[in-house]
Amino acid sequence: MLQTTFSPMRTMDPFADMRRMQSAMNRLFDGTRTAGQSATYPAVNFWAGENSVLMTSELPGLTEDNIELTVQDTTLSIRATFPEPETGDDLVWHRRERVEGSFLRTIELPFRVDPERVDARFENGVLTVEMQRPDADKPKHIKIKAS
Amino acid sequence: MAQELATQETSDIATTNGDANRRAMAFTPAVDIFERDDTTVIVADMPGVAPNDVDVTLERQVLTLRGKVTPYAPEGYRALSSEYRVGDYIRVFTLSDEIDQDKINAAFKNGVLRLELPRSAETKPKKITVKAA
Repeated sequence: MLQTTFSPMRTMDPFADMRRMQSAMNRLFDGTRTAGQSATYPAVNFWAGENSVLMTSELPGLTEDNIELTVQDTTLSIRATFPEPETGDDLVWHRRERVEGSFLRTIELPFRVDPERVDARFENGVLTVEMQRPDADKPKHIKIKAS
Repeated sequence: MAQELATQETSDIATTNGDANRRAMAFTPAVDIFERDDTTVIVADMPGVAPNDVDVTLERQVLTLRGKVTPYAPEGYRALSSEYRVGDYIRVFTLSDEIDQDKINAAFKNGVLRLELPRSAETKPKKITVKAA
């Protein structure tokens, strides 16, 4: 996996690195694209909150039991295997467009997340993961005293 | 799959015809279609659609699959980056066989619609015996 060193002094926007990371990943896999399917799977959307980040992804056909989600420091990984399509000699296929097989996607987050406070839900084929910044990592306001 | 932003090879966006009130874009859901014995099975991916918002109509031989998506907007959050777009789903098929409307089986689970369409008895191939005159 690609690792970017995140220097907090370099940028004002903590999410700039994340966007850069995503575009770098997209470029990296651009050549390996197969017809009808994007190279980075699954597609994810990110939402930013005060001290948290929320990710959504469309994973139709999976269940909450067969998605494996891991969070470590600033890395989030989603791994899953889609159920085997039906097979049989008496089966005549007309169209086969749905995603098959398994995937692993690793996403670099803009800050460390508290692994104890990750809230993941799966509803109607959409995965929602809400991650909180650990209290110790939150930026602290420093009061300036007049001398 | 509403993967319109990521896929360039195929056009995933369907235009809703004559439906002026809903300006939201609609996506073409990915489908698997196979036949087993006398039943045609259609499996369509419609992530983000609640089971009650799926609408399947069969008029003569035209089968229309529709799914309505309530846009997701978490409170206290602002959109940061998006690799996929969200919208309704629509796909229309013309079936080649007459379907037994009473025996259609539809199930919706985890964002996937599964339709079982059994062929009606009248259209099953009949053997015609040729009598010698």
